[in-house]
Parts: sequence; C-alpha cells; structure tokens
Amino acid sequence: MFEIGLSHYLSVAAILFTLGVLGIFLNKKNMIVILMSVELILLAVNINLVTFSTHLGDLVGQVFSIFVLTVAAAEAAIGLAILVIFFRNRGSIAVEDINAMKG
Amino acid sequence: MIVQALAFYLFAAVTVASAVMVITAKNPVHSVLFLVLAFFNTAGLFVLMGAEFLAMLLIVVYCGAVTVLFLFVVMMLDINFVELRQGFLQYMPLGATIGIVLLAELAVIFGGWHFAPEAAKAGASPIPSVETMSNTHAIGAILYTDYIYLFQAAGLVLLVGMIGAIVLTHRKRAGVRRQVIADQINLKASDVAEFKKVESGKGV
Repeated sequence: MFEIGLSHYLSVAAILFTLGVLGIFLNKKNMIVILMSVELILLAVNINLVTFSTHLGDLVGQVFSIFVLTVAAAEAAIGLAILVIFFRNRGSIAVEDINAMKG
Repeated sequence: MIVQALAFYLFAAVTVASAVMVITAKNPVHSVLFLVLAFFNTAGLFVLMGAEFLAMLLIVVYCGAVTVLFLFVVMMLDINFVELRQGFLQYMPLGATIGIVLLAELAVIFGGWHFAPEAAKAGASPIPSVETMSNTHAIGAILYTDYIYLFQAAGLVLLVGMIGAIVLTHRKRAGVRRQVIADQINLKASDVAEFKKVESGKGV
C-alpha cells in the first residue's frame, strides 16, 4: 500500500488514457474538448514513458518523452489553427458539421 | 517512505479528478483550467519519480504554452456552448463500455508487469546516480550527442508547426490600407506633385 512502485504510476496513466478516450466519445459536438482529450491521452503516454524510464534506469525514455512533448505542442498549434479557420468559414465547431469532404 | 506514498496518492487523485472535470465541465474555459491543474499534478508525479527536467518542461510547455493557446481559442470564438453540449449523455453507454473494456485490458497488462532480470542491464544509457550528475545534466549529455539529429528534427517539427499555424490563420482583408514601405521609397516627386505656371493676376 505504502510502497509506490511501477504499477501505481502505470495505473494512473491507464486511467488518464481511458478518460481521454471517454472524453472523445462524450463530447461528440465540441471540437475543442476533443483536442483537450487528445492532450490527456498524450499526457498518459508521457507518464508511461517516464515511469518505465525511471524504473528501468534508462534515460532514453525521458528523451523520447521530450520528443512526444514537442509533437504534442506542434499538434495543438496546427489543430487549433485549423479549428479557427473552420469556424471562420462555417461559423460552427460541431464535429457533425465537418463534412465538406464527404462524397 | 510514507510521505512519498501520501504525495503520490495526492498527486494521482488530483490528476485523475481534474481529468474527469476536463471532459465533463459545462464551460470549456473551466475545462482548460482543469487541464492546467492536471498538468501541474502530473509534473508533481514526475518529480516523485526523479525526472525533474521533464516535470519543469511539462509546466513550461503544457501549462505555459499549450493551455494558454487553448484558452485564447476558447475565449475568442463566439460559440454557443450550451448547444454543443446537447447529446452529451447520448453516447455515454457506448463511451463507458469502450472505456471499461480499455481500462480492464490495460489493468490486465500492467497488473502483472515485471521486468525480465536482464532488462535493467540492456538499457542504452543508464541513469547516473544523483550524487554524480543531476537529471537535467544527464539528459543534456545524451540529448546533444547521441540524439542530436532527432533533436534537430524536433526543432524542424516545431518550425513547420509555427509556419503552418501562421499560414493557415493569416488572411488578407480587402479595404485595409497597409503601409508598403517599398512603394513609399520608390515614389518620385513627379508622381505626386505638378508644377504649373500661374500668371499673375489670374487663378489656376
């Protein structure tokens, strides 16, 4: 109970990951909250990488986590930019309105 | 030991609780603020694990940059958020089913996890002891040597992300008079002024 090991951190990451997936399902209309859920999922991935890195005593996991962080930041910037121009053109951010490429 | 356990449970509980609030909050501004709280507490977990550099990076990059970006977008878009929440519970059964299945699978995997005895020795770059080298120093020592190409590629990803965001959101608006310095410099006196002989006693 008071001995905090690998599985404790991994379960926190698993719960965060599941909450992120659940958030995508619950907020089917709100694009912004879906992007935030993706951030939660990436955060869970980062926790996993750092946990394995520190418990195995191998630093590469933390370096990889830095790259995941970089990609997450770029993804957030591009995603929000696309969201802004979509809102400017269509006046809505509901996911069901994003159907311009439907055949 | 008990302090460490208590700190872990505190950080973990607040992280999970604020993640729940992120996906269920009525107001997206509150969602973003709970996201900041979740990131801060995850940084606390990283410090507990001994990854101080990543903890600080998480605070700077996520809390300082990404969530502020979200906050700007949420506040600048004029959206009726009440309308967007309709059908929130409609997908609850499906989402909850998938979530429970996913969590059960992850629990099965992580619950019985143990390392192979030779796994610790197979690491590419072992973490040096804290007495000899700090976490930041150790990461820097391999990030700028072994992983320099990946590091540069990460910089390029950020550059492309920045240029992409600017190109996407930049727009030329008609009817806005902008200063064009090249045109101003290229202007000749004959383009703008005209000399006329005016005879005395008469107008132009």
